[in-house]
This record gives sequence, structure tokens and C-alpha cells, in this order.
Amino acid sequence: MLRLGVPSKGRLMEKTFDWFAARGVGIARTEDEREYAGHVSGVEDVRLMLLAAGEIPRELAAGRIHLGVTGTDLVREQIPGWERVVEELAPLGFGHADLVIAVPKAWVDVETPGDLDAAAAAFRAAHGHRLRIATKYHRLVREYLRAEGVADYALVDSQGATEGTVANGTAEAIADITSSGETLRANHLRPLSTPPILRSEATLFRARGAEWSTGARAAFAALARRIGVEAGGD
Amino acid sequence: MPGKAAIRAEAARLQAQLAGAVGGAQAIEADILQPAETLLDLYGEDIRARAYVTADPVRGERMLRPDFTVPVVQMHMASGAEPARYTYAGEVFRRQESPEPGRPTEYMQVGLEVFDRADPAARDAEVFRAIAGALSPLRLKAAMGDIGLLAAAVSGLPLSEPRRAALMRHLWRPHRFKELLERFAGRRPAPPARRALLAEVAARGAPAVIDAAGPAIGRRSRAEIATRLAALAADAAEPPLPGRELALIDDLLTVRAAPPDALSRLHDLSVDMPALEPAVERLSARLEALDAAGVDLDAVTFEASYGRTTMEYYDGFVFGLVAERAGLPPVATGGRYDALTRQLGAGREIPAVGGVIRPALVLELGGGA
Repeated sequence: MLRLGVPSKGRLMEKTFDWFAARGVGIARTEDEREYAGHVSGVEDVRLMLLAAGEIPRELAAGRIHLGVTGTDLVREQIPGWERVVEELAPLGFGHADLVIAVPKAWVDVETPGDLDAAAAAFRAAHGHRLRIATKYHRLVREYLRAEGVADYALVDSQGATEGTVANGTAEAIADITSSGETLRANHLRPLSTPPILRSEATLFRARGAEWSTGARAAFAALARRIGVEAGGD
Repeated sequence: MPGKAAIRAEAARLQAQLAGAVGGAQAIEADILQPAETLLDLYGEDIRARAYVTADPVRGERMLRPDFTVPVVQMHMASGAEPARYTYAGEVFRRQESPEPGRPTEYMQVGLEVFDRADPAARDAEVFRAIAGALSPLRLKAAMGDIGLLAAAVSGLPLSEPRRAALMRHLWRPHRFKELLERFAGRRPAPPARRALLAEVAARGAPAVIDAAGPAIGRRSRAEIATRLAALAADAAEPPLPGRELALIDDLLTVRAAPPDALSRLHDLSVDMPALEPAVERLSARLEALDAAGVDLDAVTFEASYGRTTMEYYDGFVFGLVAERAGLPPVATGGRYDALTRQLGAGREIPAVGGVIRPALVLELGGGA
């Protein structure tokens, strides 16, 4: 039995179903829309697990699912040393989003991490506290800012409506996922002009640490042939 | 791996030995839970990647002590008599954001800290001799450095004060430091968009440019943006730092030799960089004091950039004692942290130097009693 975790709702779920369907693997939810269960047709011995997209990295890391579809951003944020824990089998071509640092449009003097650092130093001297950046991607943002040599900032946690934190006065800048940039613009923010921290897309992952029984291997081999992916070694 | 009881016993033995080596010291304890705010203010957000944070509903965020230095300095500033010598032994906790096999997340540290205004060179030597002496059976390699050399060099560069302050702020961040230096030397010209912005500001005035860009949201005010724009314009008009100054900084950072050779190399450098001289004199006095204390300097390597990325609160002498065996962290590290006492002392300061030993590594390497 091969356990396949896919997002349980929204466009991410629909597009995942479409991606598999285009490769001859049918995924369908049960009749009752409220029940988080479904089935897989076209390959034998694959069990569908409908999960919140944000929980799929954790399930992969724990080896409770063999395969999972989720964003690269979530995997990199949630799994330390992710390359050793999961394998990227295939980017799925949807769910594109960039993790960016965004600042108020009025900050015409801030375009690069270096500018942000200089602004943060002056801000701390003027206000007596560090420049606050609201995000839910703590690890990725901290690693990025450390590598870029940015100091005098503080991360503040924001699990939703992050674009509103600046206008609300709980942060001076944000770091968040954006696809079209519309929400940023509507909230009078814009990304730095340097490349994003991370370009993310929905991706099919394989859990290296799951229990790969003979049955799971056989089911994976059949599914992999059908959808045209290849697993590397561990 | 030796057991905890053995490590604790070794820690006690080392603590007594350190106290004996400095003619007696006060043994002190520190809380395991430290206020997160103090550590965050000192080390910045990066400390969250290295320390365990826990939420206290009443006191706010606390951190499991990542080291003893901060609590010891606070204790001394609050109540200590001068001069003072302290020893301690206890667990420290280090979070790891990526898997690093073989690196413990909690381990014992034994430390010695000396707070004494008299004769800094002799105090540096006293701490090094005590720690190296306790570890002499292990035949460790010793490395020494001094971030004060780089600070002195920067203080003498022909730069405006804002540029100098920017470099001083990033002495411990080589990537940003180098980028700043190269920019100041004109080797990273401003992108066209930046030049266009400054031209627009010059033509229309900062307030008009800021207003046209977007509404004022958040706590960073228009006045602050205008101030930075003025600073950017002044910076753009500043003449480039001569290339030879860059080359001298590079020369300084790559000094790596036996102490006498390093010292003569630094004396040569200070002919071209006179600002270096006081720091070279301090190093010279320290090496004499180490020699007088009986430290074998032939077994030491001096590296001008030693500890630059990993020992950020040290602002002068730094040292590390490392085993030949690859893959082990340093058995002991330490240095001088005068600036830290200034930051924690709310206006007061006291010269301070200290170091720590990891007793588990001492046992692993076959040392101990």
C-alpha cells in the first residue's frame, strides 16, 4: 500500500487532481464533500490521504505518507535539512509563488537587502526598537537575512493577513508569499527589487524515511511509470 | 561519549583548577531561563536560530541560556566588587536549525571570567594561561586573533563618518563588510534606478518623490525616508576609497602566522595604516605578557580574522584551543568583551576577559583526572 497525501481543498486540490488525471491517474473525493476521503483509480494499491497543504510537509517528514503534494516553500520552511528528508519528484507547474520581503511603497530608498539593513539601523536608533518584519516563514527569512548580512531587525509572527500588519502598526515590513503581487499593491507595499528569497511551486515529494515495503515499492513503481517520474536513490 | 556524571565530575575538577590558576575565584551560579529580550538586543534575531525560546505567560519570552557570559556580566554589574574573578560550571543549550550530526544541543561549560581594570594585557594572559594550562595534557592547537585590529584599521580609513559607522557595525559580518568596502571604493556602481531616484529627488525634492510613491503607512516616517535619501545623496557624492586602502584591509585580514611573524607583519602594515598602531601595540604588550606568564607562543597561530564570524561579542583578544582530530568543535574558546559590559551596564562598563572549556570534549580526548 502506497500512501499519497494531497491537499484537501481549494484550487490546489483541484489542480492536483487535474495533474494526475492528465496522466491517467484518477483521483476523486467521496460523494460527501464534507468527508475527507477519496480514492485513486488507474493504479493499484494507492491510498489517498486528503490533508491540509500545510500539514503535508510534517506527514512526509514523519514518514506517515510515502508521497505528498505541497508547496516547496512549506517544505523548506518546515523541514530542517529537507533534502535529506524528502526528494522532489516533479514540479507540477501550478501554485507558483515567490517568497519576498515587501516594504511600504513610500520607502523609495529601500530596494535591496543592503538598503533594508541601513534603514533598520537608522530606524532602531530613532525608535529604540528593531525594525519589525511580519512573517510566518521564520526560518527561511532569518537564514536569508543572515546570509545577506542584515542586522537590527526583528521577526514578528503573522499567520494570516500579513499584508495588513504594516498599516495596522504591528510591523514595518513583511516577508510573505506572493503570486501576482495584487494583495501587496492593495496594501501599499512592494517587494524589494532583488530576486525573491525563494520561488515556490506545487511539487510532488517522496518521503525518504517512510516505510518502503515491497508493496509500497511496487505501487510506487507503477504510479511513477504512469505519471512519468523517476526516484533517485536515498 | 562519556556519561553525565563523569562530565560533571570533570567540570568540577576543571573549575577548581581554573580558580587555583588565578589565585582564587568566586564560584557562581546563573539561571537557566534568561530574559529573551536582553539576548535579542545583544545578538539580534540570529540568536533565535541558536537558542531555545520558551514562552512564559507572565514574564514573556525566555531563553534557555546559550552561554553564561550575559548572566555573569549582569550579576557583576548589579552587585560585584572590583576587581573580580568568577568561575562557573553548568549546562548551556544550543538549538540547531539544520541537522548537524554529532553536535549536542545541551552540554556542560566550565568558565572563568575576569573583571579587572588594571593591565588588560596581563589579564588576557592570565585567562589564556589558566585555560590552556588546564588543558595542557591534551596537546591542543591554539589560535589567537584580535578583532580590535580591524576596528582600528577602519577607524583610520579616509571615509565620512556614516560610511565608517556602517563598516564598524558590520565588523562581524564579512559578507556585508566586504560589499560595503567595495561599494565605498567605487567597485559596485549604483544601479541606474538608484541614480535616477537621486536625480529625481534633487529636481523635485524628497517630500514630492515620497508622496508620489505611496501613502505613509507604518512607523517609519516620511522624515526618516527623507533623511536616508539625503544620506544616499551625500554618499553618492563622496570620493571613492582609494584601492590601496582596500588592499591594506585585505592584507590585514589575511595575516596568519606564528605570533612573532604576525607581529612584525602588522608593524609593517601600520607604516601604511598609522591608525593600526595602537592596536598593534596592544597585541605586542599581550604577547609579552603571555610570554612572561610562561605560555609557549611557538605553539600558537595568530590569525587576524580568527573568530570573526562566530564570536561576535568579543571586541579584542580572542582565542580557541582545538584538537588535531577533525570534526570536533573547539575544546575551549574565549576573549575580551569590554563592549558587552558597556551595553549591559546601562552607562557603566568594566574591561572583561574570559573563556570556557567543554569538559565532555576533554574526557573524549582522553584528558581529565
